[in-house]
Formats: sequence, C-alpha cells, structure tokens
Amino acid sequence: MESIISVDSLTRHFGDLQAVKGVSFDIKKGELFGFLGPNGAGKSTTISMLCTLLKPTSGSATLNNYSIVNQQNKVRASIGLVFQDPSLDDRLTAFENLQFHGIIYGMNRASVAGRAKEVLKLVELYDRRNELVKTFSGGMKRRLEIARGLMHFPKILFLDEPTLGLDPQTRNHIWSYLHKLRVEEQITVFLTTHYMDEAENCDRIAVIDHGEIIALDTPAALKDRLGGDVVRIKTTDNESAITELKERFGLDAVAEDSFLRFEVLLGETFVPRLMRDFTGHITSITVHEPTLDDVFLSLTGRAIRSESTDGVDRMKAQARMYGARRPH
Amino acid sequence: MRNLRVVWIIWLREVKRYLREKIRIITSLTMPALYLFVLGKGLGSSMAMRGAPPGFDFRQFLFPGILGMTVLMTAIFAAISIVWDREFGFLKEVMVAPVPRWTITLGKGLGGSTVAMMQGVIMLLLAPTIGINLTPAIVAQVVPLLFLVAFSITSMGIVVAARMKTMEGFQMIMNFFLMPMLFLSGAIFSLKNAPGWMSFLSKFDPLTYGVDALRGIMLPEMQPLHSISFNVVVVAFFSTVMIGLAVFAFNRQD
Repeated sequence: MESIISVDSLTRHFGDLQAVKGVSFDIKKGELFGFLGPNGAGKSTTISMLCTLLKPTSGSATLNNYSIVNQQNKVRASIGLVFQDPSLDDRLTAFENLQFHGIIYGMNRASVAGRAKEVLKLVELYDRRNELVKTFSGGMKRRLEIARGLMHFPKILFLDEPTLGLDPQTRNHIWSYLHKLRVEEQITVFLTTHYMDEAENCDRIAVIDHGEIIALDTPAALKDRLGGDVVRIKTTDNESAITELKERFGLDAVAEDSFLRFEVLLGETFVPRLMRDFTGHITSITVHEPTLDDVFLSLTGRAIRSESTDGVDRMKAQARMYGARRPH
Repeated sequence: MRNLRVVWIIWLREVKRYLREKIRIITSLTMPALYLFVLGKGLGSSMAMRGAPPGFDFRQFLFPGILGMTVLMTAIFAAISIVWDREFGFLKEVMVAPVPRWTITLGKGLGGSTVAMMQGVIMLLLAPTIGINLTPAIVAQVVPLLFLVAFSITSMGIVVAARMKTMEGFQMIMNFFLMPMLFLSGAIFSLKNAPGWMSFLSKFDPLTYGVDALRGIMLPEMQPLHSISFNVVVVAFFSTVMIGLAVFAFNRQD
C-alpha cells in the first residue's frame, strides 16, 4: 500500500525548547493512525506542522504527495481538520457553518448543498441542520466539526484530541462515527489522544514522549512486546521478593508504589506456580492482559494517567462542554 | 470567480450575524439617539450659533455628524470582531483555508461596511423627526456615501485588529481612535471657528470629509467646508490606502 503521509526528520524548536526532535514515519492510505503521548509530548506541535499551521525548524514531510514546506495550499486542500479547541461560529446554523467551510475550500453552492446533507447524515445532525450552533451540546459540536472537516472531500482527516472533555458515552459515539466514516469515505485518519483505551481503536500507534517517537506499531504488537500478561503483587518484603523473583523465576520485577510489577507469559497458569513455590508472603495479587497503559509505562517508566488531568486540560474540557460564548 | 465566492461568503456571515442580533441593533442606536435628541436639544437651546440663519436648529446641524458617528462605531466594532473570532477559534478555520488572504480581508471589510451602512440607514430614517426632508435624491446620495465612509473605517479597524491578540486592547481603541476621530471630525461642532491645531488634526480624520459630504448633501444651506465631490475623492483615497494596509497586515499573520 502506498504512503499518503511521509515524514522525514521533522523538527521544531521554540527558543531553547525542542518540542519535536526529528520524527520520521509513514502513514499508509486508509490507515487510522494514532499519536499517543502525554500533554506536552509534541503531539500538537507535530500535527500543526503537518497541517501547515506551523513551519518546521528543519526536516520535511509530504501529504498526498505535496510538501508541507512549499505547497501549503495544496496540502490544506487535501486535509480536513478538527482542532483541539472549538472553532465553529455559534451564531450560525449547522448548515451555515458547513456552507461557509465548503465555499472557502472552493466548492460551488450546488455541491455544497449535496455534500452538507451527506456529512450531516453521517454524524446524525441532519435533523438539526437549521438550528444555531449555540444551542448544541459539546458532543454535537464535536460531531459538527467532524462533519465540517469532511466537507471538501479531504484525503486525510486530522483530529487533535477529538474526544477531550466529552463524557464516556459521547466519546463512544464519536468513535463509532470515526469507524463509519472510514468505511463510507475511504479516508485516512490521523488523530492524537492521550486516552489509552481510545488508542486501541487505531490501526497503528506512534508513542511520543519528549518530542521523540519511542515506539510505532499496531496496538497488538506493542502489547506483545511486553512479553505476556501483567502481574502485580504485594508482599510483606518487596525487596527480597524482587531477588527471589529474579533467581527462582527469572523475572525482572519493578517496584511501583507498594506493588511489584512484572510481565510473564500465560499469567493465569503462572500464578498457581508462584503461590506454590514462592517462599515470601504475598498479600495481594492481580493479573491482567497488557493494556497500552502498561506499554507506555514500560517504555517511559511512568504512567500517562497521572498527567492526563492537569489544570489546563480540565479548563479546556470545561470550555468545550459548556461552549465558549461571546459576550454581547 | 472562486475567490469572489469566498469574499461573498465572508460578507454574508457578517451580515447574517448582524441581522440576527436584533437587540444589539436597537441598543447600539441608543447612544447616537441620545446625542441627537438630548445633547442636540440641550446644546442647541443653550447657545446660539454665530451667523446662523433664522430658524436654525442645532439638531439639524448635528444630524449628519450623528450619522457619521453611527457608522464610525458600527464599523469599528465590526472590524474588531476579528479579535473575537481569534479568541473563540473561528479565525483559525478561516486562516487554514487554501485561499489567498486578501479574500478574507476584503470580505470582512465589505461585510463590516454593509452592516455599518445599514445601521446608518436606520438612523437616517429619523431625519424627518427633526425637520430634514428625505427626498429620493438625498437618500440616493447618502446611502452610498455611508457605505464608502464605513468601508474606510472598517478597513482602518482591520489594520488595528490584525495586530490585537486579545480584547483587552479595546479600551485603548476607544480612547485613541474612536473618540478623537469623532470629536475632530466636526460631527458635533463646526470646525469653521476651530483653533488651528484642531483644524490641522481634523484634516487627517477621514470622518471629517465624510461628515462634511453628508452635510453638503442634506443641508446645502449650511455651507460645507469642501465640495461634495472633493470629500468623496478624499474618502475614496483613504479607503484605498486603508484596505491596502489591511490586506498587508493580514497577510503577515502566521
């Protein structure tokens, strides 16, 4: 399959800060590609450069065979964008927002009407097409933004944290639309998220941290790298337990708060063996199949969760839920 | 053709937003109405204009100035709405579109001017209440002139708004642009007997020529400073320079 996005050592500095340190990757046509990482990892900076909103300090990339450095308008015409922050005009109706978008992307009025109907039906907002956006809920606004991103038949749809600040039910809805539009529109989807469970929906994931891609693979392959199931135990003496796990079972356990974590093949059959042969005293034990959280943890040595609800994030979430209003 | 469609849709958005805010239309008419009926009546009866013909009504003198003031305020607000668009994210949607930037500037300029002209027309309808006859000839000259004046001021506003990142600068705009432009334009008092420094400064205020032309059309007996055609040429020249600067300022955005 041919690549629709090729990124070659893309770098961006902000003063002394290296936000993105030479990332390279390829995305195939029709792929659902996820950028996963904590806030400040360089996700949004990378996506801004690919969307030509930000000039790279060095490196290059092509989208739909157009260069982001010197064919900006061609790149812009090839992509649909759903920004992290809302960008609808809430004094216009749903249809008028789509019409505005279609026209500034070079469509004529006749094709705007037909296409608006299609994309509004896709996100199930057709019945509300003539209502002002300021009456919409946070989830509806997101859906409308996705519809708007699709208006001009883009080859690639970029979504920056598409489910940020939405409740779990609405998040699931958004995902069902994303899966549906892949089938109906045959489009390549590039999204960023810091929700691990959502990243599982992607065909491939790039894990990014401190401006570098530290892993890039399918979710299944990433989890396979961990070498089995994740076991967490609590013992009365964790330090000697680490030694015993190493010597008797050949396992590298890591202390994590008051727990010890290690990965082992066929965890469910290993636990009875551990109970039988372990000489120390185990007070608690859990076994689970690896998640992307575990992957991130083993790659970076820290959990993504602890960083995912900082103040800025909550503020953004609130702004989105209640909808930013213009004062009169 | 494609670019003109972009200009049209940006213009249409401005006009739709204006027409949907009926309450704002009414409330922003209260200030000029206060000037006209309260300030105009009060000042008029407490002073007698030097050399004024018998039966002179200060409110009639004031009226073209009030039209200019209405257009000035609406046009500046329309231009400054770019800053709202930036704060609320909508500007991003426009800026990433694969269109030349001048289409955005021009659409915004024409949209703001249309809105300001409409607001001026609503004020114009009050003319008969102070004894100014609205003949078809007067209306046919005043309405396009209101548009032209609005266009020059909206364009100037865009030059300023292109640089503003937040609405915090708005008070500054009021103090440094709006009020001086209004006072120096001869909208509220005649510039004929104004001190030298004031009449010097007023020469750089586009509203001076706009108000003078309006006065020339509506009240020819009041002896305007310049001929109507001279005023129109100056305002048109100012508009051209300002829209050029606006396009330049907007192109430099990243």
